[in-house]
Amino acid sequence: MQRFANPRRFKRLSAAILPWSGLATVILFAAGLWLALIASPRDYQQSETVRIMYVHVPAAWMAMFVYANVAIASAAALVWRHPLAEVAGKAMAPIGACFTALCLITGSLWGKPMWGTWWVWDARLTSVLLLFFLYLGYIALANAFDDEQRGARAAAILAIVGVINLPIIKFSVDWWNTLHQPASVGRMGVPSIHASMLTPLVVMALANMAFFVTVLIWRIEAALIGRRLATRRLLAESAAASAGGQRA
Amino acid sequence: MSEFFAMGGYAFFVWSSYAVVAIGLGGVAIASWFERRLALAALEAEDGDER
Repeated sequence: MQRFANPRRFKRLSAAILPWSGLATVILFAAGLWLALIASPRDYQQSETVRIMYVHVPAAWMAMFVYANVAIASAAALVWRHPLAEVAGKAMAPIGACFTALCLITGSLWGKPMWGTWWVWDARLTSVLLLFFLYLGYIALANAFDDEQRGARAAAILAIVGVINLPIIKFSVDWWNTLHQPASVGRMGVPSIHASMLTPLVVMALANMAFFVTVLIWRIEAALIGRRLATRRLLAESAAASAGGQRA
Repeated sequence: MSEFFAMGGYAFFVWSSYAVVAIGLGGVAIASWFERRLALAALEAEDGDER
């Protein structure tokens, strides 16, 4: 893991991954959309609204997965001062915030026809809304200081403290009475979701993952170039200043 | 075909969900891609100056 913290090594690694993750994103989304919208059956209770699941659930998984990664990157940035970890955390957060917003909106669009309401303040929905605000807080803090390092450190601490929200989201449907249904996937032994619906769900989840990897690489590369240019400008300025000093 | 678009009477909810996801993920992707293009262009412009 430490070896990839070197920006130059990252560049080589990302160049190797990028074409494949990009290709995987296109193929998996094409296959996933076909499975989700056409090839999969309607639900006996939910009719065609079950198709919302194929975008809602992957967005929810990604929202939590990305947050965990922001927290890990934050911890690495605080403990080891990896320059790449700081850049990675900042690059991930807007993608994660987008997944969280999409999870909330599609959930609302599913809740209205099935529960009869766009929104309830129950444990699951509220804790996911909190996750969205944690993302916004992280992004705001990371950009709030003139001193980039201070902002990054404050944001990193927020991200790490906010990890407590992840198990709350996960177990909210078990710990409290919620309108939201408990997990159907990942329960050992009991196959509570049929293969005809599990397959499109898994393909869409993999598509979202490939999308995340692709866009994350774009964002990290852009940030690394930005840093390089900023450092160069700083060096040029100090060189010019010392040259001016010598002349005087 | 029209049955497909009707989504059993839930067309608004199903298609809105897919549209919102397309706009959201598409927006992040396009913004990030342009950011990278701009950064690469800036780097190239500066390297060109030095030569």
